[in-house]
Amino acid sequence: MQKVIESFGVSKKFGTTQALKDISFEVNESEIFGFIGPDGAGKTTLFRIITTLLLPDEGDIKVLGLNATTGYKELRSNIGYMPGRFSLYQDLSVEENLNFYATVFGTTVQENYNLISDIYSHIEPFKKRLAGKLSGGMKQKLALSCALIHKPRLLVLDEPTTGVDAVSRSEFWSMLAKLKEYNITIIVSTPYMDEAMKCDRVALIQDGRLLSIDAPQKIREGFSKKLFMVRAPDNYKLIKALRKYPNTNTAYTFGDSIHVTFIDNAPGDMFPAFLESEGIYGTTIEESGAGIEDRFLELMETEKTPPLNPASGSGSGIGEANGGRGI
Amino acid sequence: MTRQVIISVRNLVKKFGDFVANDNLNFEVYAGEIFGFLGANGAGKTTALRILSGLSSPTSGEVMVAGYDAKKEPEKIKKNIGYMCQKFSLYEDLTVKENIMLYGGIYGMSLPLIRKRTAELMEKLNFSDYENKLISDLPLGLRQKLAFSVAILHEPKTVFLDEPTGGVDPVTRRQFWEMIYEAASRGITVFVTTHYMDEAEYCDRVSIMNEGKIVALDSPANLKKQYNAESIEEVFIKIARPDNPPSP
Repeated sequence: MQKVIESFGVSKKFGTTQALKDISFEVNESEIFGFIGPDGAGKTTLFRIITTLLLPDEGDIKVLGLNATTGYKELRSNIGYMPGRFSLYQDLSVEENLNFYATVFGTTVQENYNLISDIYSHIEPFKKRLAGKLSGGMKQKLALSCALIHKPRLLVLDEPTTGVDAVSRSEFWSMLAKLKEYNITIIVSTPYMDEAMKCDRVALIQDGRLLSIDAPQKIREGFSKKLFMVRAPDNYKLIKALRKYPNTNTAYTFGDSIHVTFIDNAPGDMFPAFLESEGIYGTTIEESGAGIEDRFLELMETEKTPPLNPASGSGSGIGEANGGRGI
Repeated sequence: MTRQVIISVRNLVKKFGDFVANDNLNFEVYAGEIFGFLGANGAGKTTALRILSGLSSPTSGEVMVAGYDAKKEPEKIKKNIGYMCQKFSLYEDLTVKENIMLYGGIYGMSLPLIRKRTAELMEKLNFSDYENKLISDLPLGLRQKLAFSVAILHEPKTVFLDEPTGGVDPVTRRQFWEMIYEAASRGITVFVTTHYMDEAEYCDRVSIMNEGKIVALDSPANLKKQYNAESIEEVFIKIARPDNPPSP
């Protein structure tokens, strides 16, 4: 199988900021490959290097078998790129934007219409409207249509779902899943951890470094400790108490429960009595499988880079358990 | 919790031409409550938020915030609330200290009080190394924590947070929520919008808007019960797309 992207030791600095450090990964043909990480992790910089818009300081990157630095002309006609910021022409209509992109890439809307029909049909009733007057969801669909209209072999989507509500996000991922039928390889970035499960493989990225690359299920299985879900009527009180408990390794809020790991991998006999001594009653505890976010938090802990994170030790960290970090 | 009403909304309607952005909203928010304000994009959240924070006037209905009428006294509302949003919160080309001075000054705080609060804040956030750094040099997570602290520097009765944690890393996101809990425990009402459905679970009550109307309003536990759902995300999807459940 052909590798669509091969990256070896790619690094990039802006001034003194190390945006990317020693990034190596491969993307296979027809897979949906996700980069999951918070703002400032380096996702956009990496995508700009992949799309030949930026040059790496170090390392080699091959995209569709071509060197991204020297083969950029040929590459650009085979890549569809949807940047994080809406960048279509606001003063052109929906239809005009689509025609423009098709023409720039030497094709026509008709020729590849089948590829975008599912997506474009939602906005076609508004095809005379200026792009600048569209709602957020419609802009997103137009941008995706424009990125696809030249039938690229690689589709690069930079945070397509940021700021989008949970329902529309879910619909967007369904659209991407359908594109697999056309053998288009997709790389996509997102700050939403739950979206990792929609990808074939994901790379977790933080502070310019890759923390882990694998199938999402495998990443979850990489969680090193037993995970417990603890619930109490007042979770704020509960997490404060959990931090005092000597056997607590980590404690993080997750929706209506708190995900806890213990140094001994089990809560211990003293646990119920301890909680009651802290005035917490009606607690439930059950063992649970770890999610992507659990694993991400664990990897952040182990690979913590101290320089710009004075939060550690501030005592205000909801994720900071006592002990466990060898303080 | 005392049941003092901080935000009271009765029959709120906001129209833009023929378009009804807010269609007869009715709710109350209590002192010290964390109130989650959810809804799909375009449901009318931002419009309502702008009215509640004195930036826009209702077409009809009665809106009281922190004891002031949104139609007649929007300037007084602005003085008595805090506001923070994801897109803009602090001036990037000013330092941490300069931003605090600026906001303190805007809210009419005395210089000694600003100095005192600044010192407390630097200590609490463990921020002393950053005091003279430009905001643009701070990582996003720290910026958002500082922005929240600055939004409540003048100890307002209520603070409005518009997607405060968008794109923030998972550890900082949780630290941010702990700060919200702290503020609420001091009696500050927190009115927050978010697209992270797990965060909705951290609220005392949440409302869910759809097409200009509030279609659900209760505690997360009650909403899950009412909609027979495992999570608020499921409730949200059932409400926003009742006849078109998206594929998993």
